[in-house]
Amino acid sequence: MIITCPWCGPRDLREFTYRGDGTITRPDIDSENVDLAASFVFDRENPAGDHLEIWHHGGGCRSHVLVKRNTLTHKIITCGPLGPFSKNGAKA
Amino acid sequence: MSGYRLDRSDNGGRIDRSKHLSFTFDGRSYSGFQGDTLASALLANGVMVLGRSFKYHRPRGLYSAGPEEPNALVTLRSGNRSEPNIRATEIELFDGLEAKSQNCWPSPKFDLMSINQLGGNALAAGFYYKTFMGPKIAFNRTTEVWWQFEKLIRRAAGLGVAPVEADPDHYERMHAWCDLLIVGSGPAGLIAAEMAAKSGANVILCEQHPLLGGSLNGTGDTINSLDAEDWAKSCIARLQAFDNVRILTRTTVQGYFDDNILQAIERVADHKPVPDPHEPRQRSWIISAKSVVVATGAIERPMVFSGNDRPGIMLADSARRLTCEFDVVPGKNITVFTNNDTAYLAARDIAKCGGNISAIFDVRPEISGEARAVAALIGAEIHPGTAISRTGGWQRLSAVQYGNYDFDKKRVAPQSHRYETDCLLVSGGWSPAIHLTSQFGGQPEWSDELQAFLPGKPTRNWRGAGATVGAFGLENTFISAAKAAEAALEDLGLETKPALIPEIDGNNFNLAPAAVFEIRREIKRGKSFVDLQHDVTAEDVRLAHREGFVSVEHLKRYTTLGMATDQGKTSNVTGLAIMADARGEKIPDVGTTRFRPPYTPVAIGAIAGECFGHLKPYRLTPMNDWHCDRGANMVANGLWMRPECYNLSGETVEQATIREARTVRSGVGLVDVSTLGKIDIQGPDAAEFLNRVYSNGFAKLPIGKARYGLMLREDGFLFDDGTTWRFSEHHYMMTTTTANAGPVMAHMEYYLDVIWPELKVSLVSITDEWAGIALAGPKSRAVLETCVTGVEMSNEAFPSMGVREGTIDNIPVKIARLSFSGEMAFEVYCGAHYGQALWDGLMEAGKPFDIVPYGLEALTTLRIEKGHVAGPELNGRTTADDLGLGQMVSRKKPFIGSILVQRDALMENGREQLVAVKSLDGQKIRGGGHVVVSSDSANPGESLGHITSACYSPELECYIALGLLKNGRSRIGEKLYITSPLRGSHSPVEIISPHMVDPKGERMHG
Repeated sequence: MIITCPWCGPRDLREFTYRGDGTITRPDIDSENVDLAASFVFDRENPAGDHLEIWHHGGGCRSHVLVKRNTLTHKIITCGPLGPFSKNGAKA
Repeated sequence: MSGYRLDRSDNGGRIDRSKHLSFTFDGRSYSGFQGDTLASALLANGVMVLGRSFKYHRPRGLYSAGPEEPNALVTLRSGNRSEPNIRATEIELFDGLEAKSQNCWPSPKFDLMSINQLGGNALAAGFYYKTFMGPKIAFNRTTEVWWQFEKLIRRAAGLGVAPVEADPDHYERMHAWCDLLIVGSGPAGLIAAEMAAKSGANVILCEQHPLLGGSLNGTGDTINSLDAEDWAKSCIARLQAFDNVRILTRTTVQGYFDDNILQAIERVADHKPVPDPHEPRQRSWIISAKSVVVATGAIERPMVFSGNDRPGIMLADSARRLTCEFDVVPGKNITVFTNNDTAYLAARDIAKCGGNISAIFDVRPEISGEARAVAALIGAEIHPGTAISRTGGWQRLSAVQYGNYDFDKKRVAPQSHRYETDCLLVSGGWSPAIHLTSQFGGQPEWSDELQAFLPGKPTRNWRGAGATVGAFGLENTFISAAKAAEAALEDLGLETKPALIPEIDGNNFNLAPAAVFEIRREIKRGKSFVDLQHDVTAEDVRLAHREGFVSVEHLKRYTTLGMATDQGKTSNVTGLAIMADARGEKIPDVGTTRFRPPYTPVAIGAIAGECFGHLKPYRLTPMNDWHCDRGANMVANGLWMRPECYNLSGETVEQATIREARTVRSGVGLVDVSTLGKIDIQGPDAAEFLNRVYSNGFAKLPIGKARYGLMLREDGFLFDDGTTWRFSEHHYMMTTTTANAGPVMAHMEYYLDVIWPELKVSLVSITDEWAGIALAGPKSRAVLETCVTGVEMSNEAFPSMGVREGTIDNIPVKIARLSFSGEMAFEVYCGAHYGQALWDGLMEAGKPFDIVPYGLEALTTLRIEKGHVAGPELNGRTTADDLGLGQMVSRKKPFIGSILVQRDALMENGREQLVAVKSLDGQKIRGGGHVVVSSDSANPGESLGHITSACYSPELECYIALGLLKNGRSRIGEKLYITSPLRGSHSPVEIISPHMVDPKGERMHG
């Protein structure tokens, strides 16, 4: 499998580590809602088809990237940046 | 009679009669020619029985001429180069080749295990399940007896034996990319390759055989007025002139993976007695291809009938290849049994070379004019509408029985006629080699016309060409390959010119077979083999059906059909057809199983490549050479190599450990802690970030101070512990455990990238940039006082948890007063390149204080005595409270895991808690031993917990351990037992508080 890192270009799967579901949002740091926290940690959709995922380019630029992957065919549809240097990253 | 070599000196085939080669098979010497395969050479020498079958030990001979060979498996070479289960058809003969038959004793001709044939029905499908999976009658008794038998029975069945010695050869891995990978160099592959080459595409062409050309070799066809073989040669010569074409022969494409990445194995030196110096034996290619043309051809199918495994029976086209390419005819008096016209072509070519075909049995009552013309030409009598009902002969075929075939009843008539023959060529139609396209889920499609599965719609960037997609006959092949190449090149955005389809002068036969797979008789007698390699019979398939294993996946696992080393290349479709018939359904409705990589068996060495022996890099600390020079036992700790202890002469590990630990408690010792994970943290939001990452408060850590911190996972379990030092307003350094250095870094990067990108914090791993030395013991301060410049060392000026910067021997250092051992202790860090100099400086300064270096064992002993947790306790299933660190989980601030750490399951009674145990009988306590109440070692009862870390305590002068015990803190003072049934130990212990040394912490603060 080849993932095209937005910073490094097309790279082999072995440089990346799967870091989880990209569709879920962590509750705000000040949230005390147990259900939200439990859902963030445990609830996953496991779709058969296109899926947003977070991958860590640990063997490269060490950035996290947002990958849209088809779980049936393993086809990587898109791969975009995450983090403070991405377009929507820095909230401040 | 048997196979023989034609006397044709004008032969244009692949053998070179001027080069004689000698080889041995089962110790006997034979000779062959350069260009022979082991199979063709053995056949030329009249060796017909090459081995015994898997279960029934029936004599078996050569069945094919290619990678699909199910029978002729041999053990090649000897000693440390011996290799089992190698197909004789795929071995190129070399001088001095050594091969042995398999699965027979004392010889394939006279095999004592052939007695298995008599008890044949007992070894039917599901034998092992039925025999060894029965209910246990008395505890551990009845099945135990069966297990003894199983060993004997398993020895009786099986194939070759793997060598026990290390492989002396080496292997290598290559990565390559191309625009277009072409798999197969037959007519389809060649024409596609030439089109691609002309378009400027970067092309790799892989051919599994040494000779390019595939089925063009040895046919009688004419292409563009040239002999097919010569046309192939000219085409190959043109291809070789292109710079953008790489041709790999002896290279089998084994697997098709995601993103059009394919693996191929190149057999670089398998055709030589041993590889040349520095030459790899095999090379594994990982090829990333933008597009692939699959031109893998098709594999001929056998017919299934009673006694169809007798040596002398083989696939018709394979016999043609042996005759036309190797000048070896498989018999003196050859007969043919077929359900299609291709067998007539084989018969024609064999006869043309000089073989004698006497009769053709064809199940079809109507036979085409072309086929009849061939039979007339070669003087073979045709028996239309007949089928072989059984075969006869001792060790090898001597005669067949044939009768009329009834299509309605799907049976052969009981009245049969005998026909004497020493060689029967069978053809049951062709199965396209769809293995590669099926490997990643391409759904095969059934073709009623061809009675075979075709690759179906591409799910990836590949195009099928030629027989692979059911285009049989040269003209169809060329047209389909040109189309495939055109489409593939168009996908790549390359310009192509319409292909010039060569002119072909050959017969255009109708290749569709009659839908007959098995010849059943009215009476059930004899064995009809579907899978020759695994000895699966047609009756086994029906048995599976009767017993309810009707899905193809169940059929496969229950009968092991198609699960041998050939992956059912010749048997899968026939097996499906028989199951479909038993279910009364059509073949496509029964479905098909998915092929798996590799296409043919692959040597483990080729997969490993250069990665053998030590698989991972060593990580060495800057002081590694010093440790080794001092004779330290170096042990692996993750990737790191660390000194276990520094034995003085005559000391055991335990004695050295005790001496080192005692010295730390009474004087001073130093230990290399460079392996601890170190992360530099900077930024205006660093304090806020650390406060969220650690479960205890970090917002108010003063500059010049360090703090011990706990990290939780989001689910509330403990993740890691360590210290963080604050150097300035926005600058920190975190240390992690050695094992979690990488995961902690990735964990924090994740939160900064994904969860809180608004936090202005930057992380850098500096584990390798900084060397670390811990100086521990009551005299540690005194040692530093003599050598540190720029740091006030008094207890008041440099209190516990203080962080200072200074120099030692002009080396800039950072010092923190931190203790892992419970003694007064300092961690001193410096740039990695100064590590050894700093170590030397501290050793020198410590000389008057009798300083000793101590290793991992003493470090562990000291921390166990102090009750400090480490990896074995931070096992991913413990909470801070379980380990007695509950007070370090803040209730006042949110942090990672702050909500779920309070969930009921992590707060409930009965969780295992950290305790220490003390041996009461002077016996060593085993790590992994379980805590039980019972004193009876035979009935230890329920486990209350287990031992995580154990050692001998020089301070307490007894064996101690840390462990996790249900409600442990309320059990302190109880006397329980540690049991380890596997090691036969069961010892009394007392549960004590984990704070065994200096519980008030006076030593480290003094």
